Amino acid sequence: MARRRKFCKFCAEKIDYIDYKDVKTLGQFIPERAKILPRRISGVCATHQRKLGLAIRRARHLALLPYAGS
Amino acid sequence: MRRYEVTCVLAPTLSPEEVEQAIENFKQAGEERGATLVDLDNWGKRRLAFPVKKHTEGYYVVYTFEEPAAQAIAELERRFKVADQVIRFLTVRVDEDLKRAEKFKEKRGVKKSKREDRRTARAQAESEAVASQPAQAEQAPAPAAPTAEAASKEASDG
Repeated sequence: MARRRKFCKFCAEKIDYIDYKDVKTLGQFIPERAKILPRRISGVCATHQRKLGLAIRRARHLALLPYAGS
Repeated sequence: MRRYEVTCVLAPTLSPEEVEQAIENFKQAGEERGATLVDLDNWGKRRLAFPVKKHTEGYYVVYTFEEPAAQAIAELERRFKVADQVIRFLTVRVDEDLKRAEKFKEKRGVKKSKREDRRTARAQAESEAVASQPAQAEQAPAPAAPTAEAASKEASDG
């Protein structure tokens, strides 16, 4: 069975700047345990994964996102 | 032009007036030292993702300063550290990232226009080919003959 090809959400939606205040978007890459979702699962490209990681880390500092899951 | 985003989280125990007061204070502290306030975003009370200094909620305020003397930011941070109504704060320089984002956008525009150029060129070539084809088709014999010939040639080579 052919799995659907993964694509980078940020490339597809043409988001160049990943904002650390945009909790809704960042939240999609925070699974239950609150770890950053790896690229191999989410399909995000390397460039955007880097920026995403930075944004998530910033958001965590401001208590917008959890460090550890509930 | 440097641009900074300064976000601070204020304790939820403050009354609305006190929050206003604090926001105003920090704004003045920045502006006194030459920073120009571009944007002030007050998110209001929000649930924190985890308790910070035993608080589960906080008032989020985002200041955007432009071309401030580094002093203004330093002073602001110093005050955040001292003020006990501030439970968290973060300063991010955003101008460079925004500029980079802008560049990506431009690049994409260029790529797109190139793609369109190629597409129109191809369409043109095709239409020309179509125009010249009927004449050829009438002259040439059935296409099956040449391929059969080629096939036999390959077979003899092998």
